[in-house]
Amino acid sequence: MKVVICIKQVPETTEVKINPETNTLIREGVASIINPFDMYAIEEGIRIKEKYSGKTIVLTMGPPQADSALREALSLGIDEAIHLCDKAFAGSDTWATSLVLAKAIEKIGEVDLVICGKQASDGDTAQVGPGISAHLNFPQATYVKKIKEISLEKRIIRVERLLEDGYEVLELQLPALLTVVKEINEPRMPSLRGKLKAKSAQIPIWTIKDLELKEEEVGLKGSPTQVVRIFTPPPRQSGVIFQGEPQEIAGKLVEELKKYLL
Amino acid sequence: MSEKLIKVIKKKCIGCGLCVKACPFSAISLVNKIAVIDLEKCNLCGACKDACKFEAIVISKPKIVKLETEEYKDVWVFIEQENQNIAGVSFELLGKAKDLAKQLDCKVIGVFLGYNIKDKVNTLIYKGADKVIVVDKPELKNFIAENYANVISHLIRKYKPEIFIAGATTMGRSLISRIAVNIRTGLTADCTGLDIDKEKRLLIQTRPAFGGNIMAQIITTDYRPQMATVRHKVMKELVLDESRKGEIIIEELDGQFIDKRVKFIEFFKEEVYNVNLADADIIVSGGRGLGEGKNFELIRELASVLNAGVGASRAAVDSGWIPYSHQVGQTGRTVAPKIYIACGISGQIQHLVGMQSSKIIVAINKDPQAPIFKVANFGIVGDLFKVIPAIIKELKKLNSPTS
Repeated sequence: MKVVICIKQVPETTEVKINPETNTLIREGVASIINPFDMYAIEEGIRIKEKYSGKTIVLTMGPPQADSALREALSLGIDEAIHLCDKAFAGSDTWATSLVLAKAIEKIGEVDLVICGKQASDGDTAQVGPGISAHLNFPQATYVKKIKEISLEKRIIRVERLLEDGYEVLELQLPALLTVVKEINEPRMPSLRGKLKAKSAQIPIWTIKDLELKEEEVGLKGSPTQVVRIFTPPPRQSGVIFQGEPQEIAGKLVEELKKYLL
Repeated sequence: MSEKLIKVIKKKCIGCGLCVKACPFSAISLVNKIAVIDLEKCNLCGACKDACKFEAIVISKPKIVKLETEEYKDVWVFIEQENQNIAGVSFELLGKAKDLAKQLDCKVIGVFLGYNIKDKVNTLIYKGADKVIVVDKPELKNFIAENYANVISHLIRKYKPEIFIAGATTMGRSLISRIAVNIRTGLTADCTGLDIDKEKRLLIQTRPAFGGNIMAQIITTDYRPQMATVRHKVMKELVLDESRKGEIIIEELDGQFIDKRVKFIEFFKEEVYNVNLADADIIVSGGRGLGEGKNFELIRELASVLNAGVGASRAAVDSGWIPYSHQVGQTGRTVAPKIYIACGISGQIQHLVGMQSSKIIVAINKDPQAPIFKVANFGIVGDLFKVIPAIIKELKKLNSPTS
């Protein structure tokens, strides 16, 4: 089983600021973490390897500092990391990002399963996972809450997908791509041995040349969408606080809510 | 599509016909023992390339092709349905599409896939569609992203819409990204605002990022259709008008569009609660302040009086008081109902990003310093075990006909 996990480094808090001149996010001074949903993807990858043996590889596309996210994944027990890093990738939208990741997965070769987090906590799009599977022409299952069964013999995987009003069971032929939700597992902590290994690991860097991509296919140039403006939404107006006897304040509240209830 | 995207190398092709069988769209035929690809039907899926043993087919996707954007017209809405029930968000989108189409002087077209759905088509017209494209096939009974994406990509190539929108639901989000990659066009996720720049005929897509702490406006200038998913409960649906007339196109697809690699096995409905979070106009959420799992009964009772969905903070889910599917916040669901009632939830940033776009927020908490009060329209500082029963009593008074 060769499993590739795609991760993204995101700012730790969701309290971000914008540079008004360039309309880009100010990332300096904000601590970075692995996107919370990707932690479940990493854990699931490690568990699959433990059960079915094989190899786990973590991939990220990002600036040089994303190296620390890859090392964190290694410390948790991932076997190998690859850093997709090139100035030409900057400004990629979900279309271009999923292309770059798909190209890297093709280059790795003979991948059985790709796992992504449901979405990233900064962009919140949930588009990159299905995008990668479309580029690779892999079948996909999004919002996976449980892997029920993998049969290497029959080359199939059976999963449960979380929907709005329940869940469904899908069976996919391998190679396939999954995006996972929090319910799927409880991520482990890094081991001391893992941390030491991660520290000294050699992480290859792949650029557009390695991926046989052209500059106009990635980054801002290769992205069909353009961000034209970023702004801070108007703050919520400060509200009314009710205090006093429960029945009295309940009455006041219901009186206020009445007009919205109809 | 430019013909450069896929090519048969004539010298290598021996006319074995493997690609003809492999093509899901019946786009390949043998002419003088050489494979010929009908580019109108081709979806660039690559099945032929994989099937060919002689490397006679080359696909150079993605090619950066600047489109003649003027060829594209009309506003398409993906009509989401399950078991013949049309999702509320689809009606909201028809309402919004009407407004966009008016500014662009074009039509609103519903794209309706499923099985045994034909008798629902009129409702779509009464709710704003000028035309409905119906694909009614037993194979489309259950939603499979690959199959729906294949069909819709084909329809987009055939009819060339200018704008294509879908709900930002699990279905919409799983589907539309595949289509955008197939078609090679721009897609914006989870929009809360859509407008038209009339002069340039561009769709201005506004969406929250970083959990709603910033807003971004996004456009797709050189590719069509301009695609977006839109959040629930943001756009307004039109009043049902049974006098409205519209055109119905029953699309009989020739060829295969089913991806045999994906099999639907079964669906399990969560029976415990009547209203799911995505459809709920009102959500009542419980947090750590409930103290223990059995106290969620109080939240359910309030929810039932309001016909509301039941939400929870991460703390409540992690304590095992309620299943994960109810979690609201960064690692759970993002919701934006008309009324969100947070009971015993302190309001960590991770929770706030999942609900702060709600129209009206009510917070009930013992601690007057709790951050939840900063986003609340109405705050109650008090003991939820006393306050909630009092609210239920008041609401029941409101509901009873004698009052």
